[in-house]
Amino acid sequence: MKTLIGKVLKYNIKNLNTDLIIPARYLTKSDPNYLAEHCMEDLDSEFNKKKEKYNATILVADSNFGCGSSREQAPIALKAAGIKCVIAPSFARIFFRNAINIGLTILEFKEINALNTGDALEINFKDGIVKNLTSNRKYKVKKMPLFLQEIISAEGLLNFARNKILKK
Amino acid sequence: MGLTITEKILKDHCDDKKASAGDFILARIDKCLANDITAPIAISVFDKIMEGTKKAVFDAKKIILTPDHFTPNKDVASAEQCKILRKFAQEYKIVNYFEIGRVGIEHCLIPEQGLVLPGEVFIGADSHTCTYGALGAFSTGVGSTDLGVSMALGQCWLKIPETIKIVYSGKLNKWVSGKDLILYTIAQIGVDGAIYKAIEFTGKVIENLSMANRFTMCNMAIEAGAKNGIIVPDKITKEYLQNIRHFNYKTYENDKDADYFDEIEFNCSFIEPQVAFPHSPDNAKPISEVDAIKIEIDQAVIGSCTNGRLEDLITAAKILKNQKIKSNVRCIIIPGTQKIYLDALKMGLIEIFIDAGAVVSTPTCGPCLGGHLGVLASNEVCVSTTNRNFVGRMGHKDSKIYLSNPAIAAISAIKGYITSPTYSLTK
Repeated sequence: MKTLIGKVLKYNIKNLNTDLIIPARYLTKSDPNYLAEHCMEDLDSEFNKKKEKYNATILVADSNFGCGSSREQAPIALKAAGIKCVIAPSFARIFFRNAINIGLTILEFKEINALNTGDALEINFKDGIVKNLTSNRKYKVKKMPLFLQEIISAEGLLNFARNKILKK
Repeated sequence: MGLTITEKILKDHCDDKKASAGDFILARIDKCLANDITAPIAISVFDKIMEGTKKAVFDAKKIILTPDHFTPNKDVASAEQCKILRKFAQEYKIVNYFEIGRVGIEHCLIPEQGLVLPGEVFIGADSHTCTYGALGAFSTGVGSTDLGVSMALGQCWLKIPETIKIVYSGKLNKWVSGKDLILYTIAQIGVDGAIYKAIEFTGKVIENLSMANRFTMCNMAIEAGAKNGIIVPDKITKEYLQNIRHFNYKTYENDKDADYFDEIEFNCSFIEPQVAFPHSPDNAKPISEVDAIKIEIDQAVIGSCTNGRLEDLITAAKILKNQKIKSNVRCIIIPGTQKIYLDALKMGLIEIFIDAGAVVSTPTCGPCLGGHLGVLASNEVCVSTTNRNFVGRMGHKDSKIYLSNPAIAAISAIKGYITSPTYSLTK
């Protein structure tokens, strides 16, 4: 995890839940591309169109993002839809761990008012700095705990576990 | 400073003897669980971890697989998902794989089978795994990758949570159940009120609450964002375990000087039955306000991991006995497990339901997550004893779900609008 440069798509919504991210009716299949097609459709049927229009790879929303079910299909659908990072003031805890485990970057950032759809951001994860290139402002963010950085640097929990098994 | 029950259980399940709230640990797990939605991804993660090695699960007796969500298979795609579980269970000799005919809704089935005990660390790839805190276990929901890794290593990374203590004092009013207490609690603290935290339910009211109601309360701790809900084991816990022939387990309790993140007290004498309005579980209003506005319903669902236990069906039967469901309302009743179904049958409850004009289904999560057996059309309204009333949760995105206890759902099915037996049970 180094630096990410990308554009923002923002939903000013609190408690954006996993049923909105991927409705349960699509959970009969695990194919990421199929899930991506239906990602966020009950919230905004134009999600995929808007994402393309703004060339967005960074999703911004309000607090308690990803609340609800444990479905890992939620971060999988977002990742397969081309989202590289989700920014919110807080995350529901199962979404938080699922995202880290599958290698979708997430960032806890309180000042989402400073970010708007179409803004270009430069995020430096190592130093914990978010730069809004559109408004030309810089923000400090909380760095991720070392333990989680290890999982992310192994590119997800799967590789972290595989390294352990291979060492046995 | 002393430790809470949650902190003590987790500390005893890791190598870090100094671990306390806020620390990340690799916890040794006692059991792990996945269902037909979460297991296929977990199994593919497991396969990738084990590729090219001598494949083995960490302990075949400690893995539980319950195809309960879209079963009996609702379509070809869900049949394919279940096939993956079945094949994995055969290959790795998973003794606690529950086939259709034996399976039930996981969070009703697992305690009933004695597969979770006090003091254990239990993780499940299902958000409502927090249910088992009612037995004094640390149990929490995780994702599929977590589960795949746990099946390989028998370990799971966790952050030891701080605890919010909630004291329930006073006396329970008529028709007020564990469901109402938890809906009230979520309304007070919000859907993110306990994010990353443990909630401990305590106080005189909890001490006298049945196991079924305790399961309901811990089940919905996740709806306040909590990592786990927990109740310190007592006489009622012990009796429950005796009845299912379990005598050997380790119980934990809080240190006298345990350090809590927050302490809240609710006086239950002021709590009425609650109804959570669309589209959030923290949107609860007291039934007196709800009855006044006569919300007409198309469907009533009684069941789920929240309210599909025998006690819930007994309550529903008390209300439905010798009554008829309103002609334009569908009432769907789903016993949580085969045992609950059979007990209800022997007690004559099923006959009461069918006579009233309800449909009784085989155990399944089914309509709770808009899967099958009761999906809603656009603009339809449902009163449900389930746990989530999000947009589109039970079907069309323009349908509406009101969450309630089984008594409210049953009387509403008879009257055709959301009401309480207090106002409407006069013949």
